[in-house]
Amino acid sequence: MHAAVLVFPGSNCDRDLAVAFEKAGAKVSMVWHKDTGLPEGVDVVGVPGGFSYGDYLRCGAIAANSPICGALKEHVSRGGYALGICNGFQVLTETRLLPGALRRNAGLKYICRPVDLLVGTADSAFTTGYQAGQRITVPIAHHDGNYYADAQTLQQLQAEDRIAFRYAENPNGSVGDIAGILSENRRVLGMMPHPERMAEPAHGGTDGAAMFRALLDQVVTA
Amino acid sequence: MKARVHVMLKNGVLDPQGEAVKHALGALGFQGVEGVRQGKVIELELADGTTEATVRDMCERLLANTVIESYSVELG
Repeated sequence: MHAAVLVFPGSNCDRDLAVAFEKAGAKVSMVWHKDTGLPEGVDVVGVPGGFSYGDYLRCGAIAANSPICGALKEHVSRGGYALGICNGFQVLTETRLLPGALRRNAGLKYICRPVDLLVGTADSAFTTGYQAGQRITVPIAHHDGNYYADAQTLQQLQAEDRIAFRYAENPNGSVGDIAGILSENRRVLGMMPHPERMAEPAHGGTDGAAMFRALLDQVVTA
Repeated sequence: MKARVHVMLKNGVLDPQGEAVKHALGALGFQGVEGVRQGKVIELELADGTTEATVRDMCERLLANTVIESYSVELG
């Protein structure tokens, strides 16, 4: 599997994400935001956490209009996989590759701590290593992770089994306790928590590693 | 010419910053503040003849996230 990790000015989880992909066995290319294309043969695009463009205007808004995001949209429209974590999730909603938006946390504070998540569905290349309903611990680190979607979108996400992760205890006011969602074709996942920061024993836990292993298994055998 | 764009969270989308400002005004002793919504103002310096439709297109594509925000445009 060949993964590309996008790098924007202000990205700060790009190398962590690259290491998580590499440890699972993937080849990784780092791709700069001004590039207009992805390397040949990329299966998965990782959109990392951080503060792309200093969070100016809205988190992810400027990144969503950068040259590389044109290539990201083409990759996804061809059926390619994409994983957006934290600021990456914000970028994916700003590009409209995923529905909804991320607002300021309800408590107005930046929150950085491990949280428990409930796996919403095992039916995706990202979550097939988990069981639906399984409780996992993964850290969050965000100021704007308060997921919003209108009632109709929310109902659609539920009906189509596209809620990948929910918070066991809602830390930020997200509607429906939503921590991560899948695209209609289930090949794009956006989530606020950081599985790449809980992927090896030195991190204090390995609950995030199953996502990268599962993705690798699914994409290699696809 | 100038344009001024006002971007606000849509009605019905909770505005935690506005709520915090409302509570702070109450704490200062201001009575009767029944609601506060916080938004932003973006001032644009534009070539003469730029149409309102163009500015609205800018809002739709970048300046506002219409999933959660509404906007209004003032020209001149």
